Amino acid sequence: MATKKVTRKSTEGKGNLIKFYRDMLLIRRFEEKAGQLYGMGLIGGFCHLYIGQEAVVVGLEAAAKEGDKRITSYRDHGHMLACGMDPNGVMAELTGRSGGYSKGKGGSMHMFSKEKNFYGGHGIVGAQVPLGAGLAFADKYMKNESVTFTYFGDGAANQGQVYETFNMAALWKLPVIFVIENNQYAMGTAQERSTSSPEIYTRGDSFGIKGEAVDGMDVVAVRDAGVKAAAHCRAGKGPYILEIKTYRYRGHSMSDPAKYRTREEVQKMRAQRDPIESIRSLLVSEKFSTEEEIKIIDKEIKEIINSCAEYAKESPEVPAEELWTDIYA
Amino acid sequence: MTTEILMPALSPTMEEGKLSKWFIKEGDKVSAGDIIAEIETDKATMEFEAVDEGTVTKLIVTEGTDGVLVNSAIALITDENSEDAIDKKISIEKVQTDTNLSKAKVKNQIKPLEDNELEWDTEVQTKTQTVREAIRDAMAEEMRRDETVYLMGEEVAEYQGAYKVSQGLLDEFGSKRVIDTPITEHGFAGIAVGSAFAGLRPIVEFMTFNFSMQAIDQIINSAAKTLYMSGGQMGAPMVFRGPNGAAARVGAQHSQDYAAWYAHIPGLKVVQPYSASDAKGLMKTAIRDDNPVIFLENEILYGKSFEVPLLEDYTVPFGKARIWHEGTDATIVSFGIGMQYALEASEQLQADGVSVEVIDLRTLRPIDYETIIKSVEKTNRCVTVEEGFPIGSIGNHLSAVIMERAFDYLDAPVINCTGKDVPMPYAANLEKLALTTTAEVISAVKKIIYK
Repeated sequence: MATKKVTRKSTEGKGNLIKFYRDMLLIRRFEEKAGQLYGMGLIGGFCHLYIGQEAVVVGLEAAAKEGDKRITSYRDHGHMLACGMDPNGVMAELTGRSGGYSKGKGGSMHMFSKEKNFYGGHGIVGAQVPLGAGLAFADKYMKNESVTFTYFGDGAANQGQVYETFNMAALWKLPVIFVIENNQYAMGTAQERSTSSPEIYTRGDSFGIKGEAVDGMDVVAVRDAGVKAAAHCRAGKGPYILEIKTYRYRGHSMSDPAKYRTREEVQKMRAQRDPIESIRSLLVSEKFSTEEEIKIIDKEIKEIINSCAEYAKESPEVPAEELWTDIYA
Repeated sequence: MTTEILMPALSPTMEEGKLSKWFIKEGDKVSAGDIIAEIETDKATMEFEAVDEGTVTKLIVTEGTDGVLVNSAIALITDENSEDAIDKKISIEKVQTDTNLSKAKVKNQIKPLEDNELEWDTEVQTKTQTVREAIRDAMAEEMRRDETVYLMGEEVAEYQGAYKVSQGLLDEFGSKRVIDTPITEHGFAGIAVGSAFAGLRPIVEFMTFNFSMQAIDQIINSAAKTLYMSGGQMGAPMVFRGPNGAAARVGAQHSQDYAAWYAHIPGLKVVQPYSASDAKGLMKTAIRDDNPVIFLENEILYGKSFEVPLLEDYTVPFGKARIWHEGTDATIVSFGIGMQYALEASEQLQADGVSVEVIDLRTLRPIDYETIIKSVEKTNRCVTVEEGFPIGSIGNHLSAVIMERAFDYLDAPVINCTGKDVPMPYAANLEKLALTTTAEVISAVKKIIYK
């Protein structure tokens, strides 16, 4: 991945750039708040933050159409916000309260929204990959023209079930985009220590699945790749692989010892490739927005985040009888 | 010299088969390797080759004959180079006797016990069907009723099912709804679960439940838990089915009973039928259920025949045990193939003057505790029968529940007859010892009635 700071002319319109900025910032601020609430003991268990990777979901959501589905791993807060789920419901799920998307019974790693076609939030590394192909299977079976964005990490890309799924998805021409969010670390194991070939996007070659590598710190590039992949799927040509090279600033989870990489590495990425900063500077350099206008957006986002944190703290505890509901339909 | 051609055993559990076609006639010359007949087994229709050379002197079994026992003579071949008239004559006579015998031995259907509490009105017509056919009919009926139901698994379509359970379904429903998968249980189970999240109703066939261990993460972590984890927003209305438990002589990796494993999991429903009518009625209920259902079949039971009611829409509810036999001296609780031992034991005990109540649980999640407790309150004694391993067995669980809820009624400890605590051996004699037996059930009952 190039490490030069992006200062280029944009072919993108103002409206799109502002939306990208807003959506990415919402995720960033949400995650920062979640980190704070975790530190205060209001969020428990595992909590995997998405900070640094925001351009991936925001770019791909810009390529999605009504009816498209998405499914991901346990690092899922960003995906939920990007597809339009309510920050209140997501944050209240993190605090384990009754106002959460799963009524407090799922937690950070297990959240769903039928309304927004968000199919989780899965805690078992790689398990969402066949599930995502299954969502696409259903679309094909029911003759819907939708595609499924199936997200997984560079770590999950080494799971056997991923390749079982590649085989069947290609064989049955399922409309599924396999989005590999390569943040370079499978928990604490660097890619070169866990993965024999660095070019994960070529992993579909032997199944006849096209793949490409995408700069995941550039939201516009991600969106463009997403549009291309989705068109491929919608045309009935079967699955597509996008390996999106990204970077996670925070630890794997909240209890990450951060011994496996240097502080400098993180700082360098942050300073030179931050996806939000690059859009922000583009907005200013292209004279799409003034600093003042951007500050107004920042303030709006801050208000949304503060109010969702309040909601999540105030939302009532889950009634004891909920222990025994939703086990069977 | 005359050689007998014997009915071959073409699958581990085959005891008999249908000689569906002869490709030779009397007087034909055959050489080793020639295809001489087509034989339909419990699993497949297969061609059968000659292993000897000579002239076909007699076709003993006519084509189309059902229930021809393995190792019975089906034809005679005479090698002209060493023709021996006397030898030939003797052979023919011998074989004729054998054929008569084999006709007599064509398998008896299991007759329901006279005091079996029938599940349908007495005026309802029935037909005799194997468990295999009953399961297929149930799937076909539900697939006709609901377009979202589809069948997926290894060899379910063109091969017509590794155990012929899906026979004919591809022809009727086409390759969109009867889908052959690659041999990748983990992957296709996950795909099926995902499709269920999105509104389809998959039936996933595992060639045997032993292979479901490859897929068990998707069954438990994805299918069983998602409804709860999503606060009721989405779940997996689907059926995982296939043969479970010991077949015959297939060794440790293909012989395990998973009843207790799956019954352990909240969010799953678990069904293990014994009879064909239950298999049919419970399968229809399973397909309609909005939850993931584990449907444990049995290879040995596939070929057993029972009466199945001729009703347009015959369903059996989950959580309701069936009392096969009322009795007063002891209760035997079982399910699936364990019922075979339970019923045999009860008949032999009855002959000895012991009156045994036999309960078939039919579903292990939910379990019909009420029927068990009511029976134990009457008989004051209980034996459980299953083929699974002893530790953490269904019987262990039932013993605990009986102790808690009917302690004061018990006149003897509850005994669990289970498979032995060993991996399934291959050797025939050891395999018999590893499984539970009718004799063990009888001796358990005698022990608790202190006889």
